[in-house]
Amino acid sequence: MDNWMLILGMLVITFATRYSLFAFPDLRFPPLVRQGLHYVPTAVLSAIVVPGMLLPDGQQWNLSLDNAYLLAGLATIAIAAVTRHLLATIGGGLLAFFLLRWWLGQMPI
Amino acid sequence: MSRQYEFLQGARDMLPMLLGAIPFGVIFGSLAGAAGLGPWEIMGMSLLVFAGSAQFIAISLLGGGATLAVIWLTTLVVNLRHALYSATLQPFVRHLPKRWRMPLAFWLTDEAFAVVQHRYAASDDSPHKHWYFLGAALAMYGNWQLCTLIGLLFGQAVPNIGAWGLDFAMLATFIGIVVPMLRNRPQVAAALVAGGVALVCHDLPYKLGLMAAAGAGIVVGVVLERRYRLLQDEVY
Repeated sequence: MDNWMLILGMLVITFATRYSLFAFPDLRFPPLVRQGLHYVPTAVLSAIVVPGMLLPDGQQWNLSLDNAYLLAGLATIAIAAVTRHLLATIGGGLLAFFLLRWWLGQMPI
Repeated sequence: MSRQYEFLQGARDMLPMLLGAIPFGVIFGSLAGAAGLGPWEIMGMSLLVFAGSAQFIAISLLGGGATLAVIWLTTLVVNLRHALYSATLQPFVRHLPKRWRMPLAFWLTDEAFAVVQHRYAASDDSPHKHWYFLGAALAMYGNWQLCTLIGLLFGQAVPNIGAWGLDFAMLATFIGIVVPMLRNRPQVAAALVAGGVALVCHDLPYKLGLMAAAGAGIVVGVVLERRYRLLQDEVY
């Protein structure tokens, strides 16, 4: 029961944030806000990616050379910059990541 | 372009994102049981909430014994970025009736946002771009349900699935979205500042660091863009 309360609450909260501005079709943004919105994808996704590479467990800095998240992340950035192709980036990045983990002996089997 | 063509094109353009989301969905389906959710509750969360990062945070908090209020508050902060997406796409969906705006909002994930805003930015004036949005959104939704189910049914067969580092798939996806956007100095600066602030603020409670970082990146982008424009005005 408690778990369904949790899920329904999360549904309401998530939908409220996603629908927040769609709910007001007559609202028009001033130019400054519209300019700021151009930076939303870059700022939000960078704020997720950078800690994901440098603090892979969310707590501890890991700047060592056996941090596969950091090394493969840098390789993925390079692939993205060169190819500008999403599928190549995701596929190549994952391949780099698992090769590194295997080479570093970090696979769980 | 016809509705059907837009719909299929949206679903097709989503395919690379689906690859990045597959490991994430499978791990969620595999690990949610250990946090105390039953099979129907796990599927219910994917079907009703449909927010990968919030779902992961919820099960890790639930496993750690957090209260409902703490999980809800963290969900809110982590999902505030969707309000920014909602604001970004609002000018393009404002003409649609509510029966369109509500479901499209429900399906507004990071991945759908990235693909759809790219479509809306294209210069053609197709009147059916919301069908593209729908195609992209449904592809992501169907994929997420299927992956959750696969994780739920078969996750236990993979030894120690949580330790494989499959979460890297999300980083690779987001890198693939962001890097091609870094075409000018304000965008590069916004990325660097947002990443730096996120590192500094990573131990703020309720994931507040994410919003602080996003806000800082946006402000720096706007300030630099205005400065560059002023410089250009002086030159010409």
